[in-house]
Amino acid sequence: MSELSELYQEVILDHNKSPRNFRKLKDADRTADGYNPLCGDKVTVYVKLDGEMISEISFEGSGCAISKASASMMTESLKGKTAAEAEALFDRVHKMLTGDPGANGGAADLGKLAVLSGVCQFPARVKCASLSWHTFRAAMKKAGGTASTE
Amino acid sequence: MKRARPATVSEGWGKAGGPLDVARIRQDFPILRQQIHGKPLVYLDNAATSQKPQCVIDAVRRYYETENSNIHRGIHYLSERATAEYEETRAKVKRFLNATDTKEIVFVRGTTEGINLVAQSYGRKFVKAGDEILITAMEHHSNIVPWQILCEQAGARLRVVPMNHDGELLLEEYERLLGGRTKLVAVAHVSNALGTVNPVKQIVELAHRRGVPVLLDGAQAAPHMAVDVQALDCDFYTFSGHKLFGPTGIGVLYGKAPHLEAMPPYQAGGDMISLVTFEKTHYNILPYKFEAGTPHIAGGIGLGAAVDYVTTIGLDAIAAYERELLAYATQALSTIPGLKIIGTAKEKATVLSFVLDGVHPHDIGTILDREGVAIRAGHHCAMPVMQRFGVPATARASFAFYNTKEEVDALVRAMHKVLKVFR
Repeated sequence: MSELSELYQEVILDHNKSPRNFRKLKDADRTADGYNPLCGDKVTVYVKLDGEMISEISFEGSGCAISKASASMMTESLKGKTAAEAEALFDRVHKMLTGDPGANGGAADLGKLAVLSGVCQFPARVKCASLSWHTFRAAMKKAGGTASTE
Repeated sequence: MKRARPATVSEGWGKAGGPLDVARIRQDFPILRQQIHGKPLVYLDNAATSQKPQCVIDAVRRYYETENSNIHRGIHYLSERATAEYEETRAKVKRFLNATDTKEIVFVRGTTEGINLVAQSYGRKFVKAGDEILITAMEHHSNIVPWQILCEQAGARLRVVPMNHDGELLLEEYERLLGGRTKLVAVAHVSNALGTVNPVKQIVELAHRRGVPVLLDGAQAAPHMAVDVQALDCDFYTFSGHKLFGPTGIGVLYGKAPHLEAMPPYQAGGDMISLVTFEKTHYNILPYKFEAGTPHIAGGIGLGAAVDYVTTIGLDAIAAYERELLAYATQALSTIPGLKIIGTAKEKATVLSFVLDGVHPHDIGTILDREGVAIRAGHHCAMPVMQRFGVPATARASFAFYNTKEEVDALVRAMHKVLKVFR
């Protein structure tokens, strides 16, 4: 049960139940759709930029608790960051989720996002947690079409 | 040539007409003795693939250990033996489906390849611009996409028979859609996502009245009920070995001989020819015309053992036991607050798709797994079905004759764990 309670921590369940920034941004500068073909999770990420800075970020979609909570926490942590800072954070989060040993010690300064570190014990669920991050990245790169975890 | 074969099933159960001795049957499946995350394995993902009895594992092993050689080319002892065993499976499958002749039994990789074969061989020859192919709203992607591709190639149109909210086909709509342009009907015998058993005999009859041939996707039916292709009068029937307790990578396409005779080869290569020159090639006789290249010989031999196994237990006894298990599981799951079963047809096989208020099927799957309970969560390769019921995905528990009421209880206990985590 310990790995399971590490996966479904209170914070994650809370974000699942009441996702933050769960709405469409009508005047978004950047947007992308993300899709996990394996399980059907769908997410749309909206970004509003003020110069280099992410002034607003939100998401919509349907998915499991892990994907929803991850997207919700992502929007909280990216707001106010520059594109370069966001890219650096993506890297560290990705390493944490995939259990990359290079991430050791890194989770501590990931703040709240560290609650997602339990995901690496569940290989089948890593893509649930990384979907919104990949989608955010696609939006920032203005890569048209759909971001995929594949 | 044929040698004495070892007994393939353990003795003492499956007396004709009697109830199944499931405890005894379970001993035939070594994988079921396993613990997962410290809990006894409760394997409820049989619609995805079924487990293999020892006799199937032994047959595959025996082939590689003592008979391995190529078939249909044999002037040496091993090849003769392997050929005989492989062809013996064809005869077993012929009896299993009650086909009239072994030449109507084509070995393929699985149901998917069986459908693709018909689409690309029968379809490319007989379906023309403006024609229509009729499928249903509950098909697996593998009984949708091959027809979409064919329609695109031929300039034909794909039409879809709708279903009601219980997951039952609307037969009056089916009759209405069956028209002068319909060239083929392709229908699942049993729905993989909903469990619905379709009235395929009636479906075939209605199509035949208009001279339209019917393909039945038997992937989810063959492991659960006796199939008689002559009684059904279907034109094509296809199923996968691995869902019938046999190996992966081997399956069967049954086709009425006149259809198969009229169809061009699907793939070209060795074994499907009788004479090759650079000017002209003569194709081999049925069923070999459709079996290019060295097949999955071990798989074929394993499938033969699987057919023996289920035949010895008896499909009627299996169906009766599973009916009881389905009723028990349906009742047990209904006691879980917030749970809704998707697929409530009157005629169902042992597939239970469900959703739980506020909890995504993926999360259910992960928590159940930690309790040793293996289910599937997702769209079950039937995304249009999910759309029809307005859900992104479902959790699906699917049963085989080796599952027990105790395992249903374990599923229910694990579902309460899910509630505990999420409430």
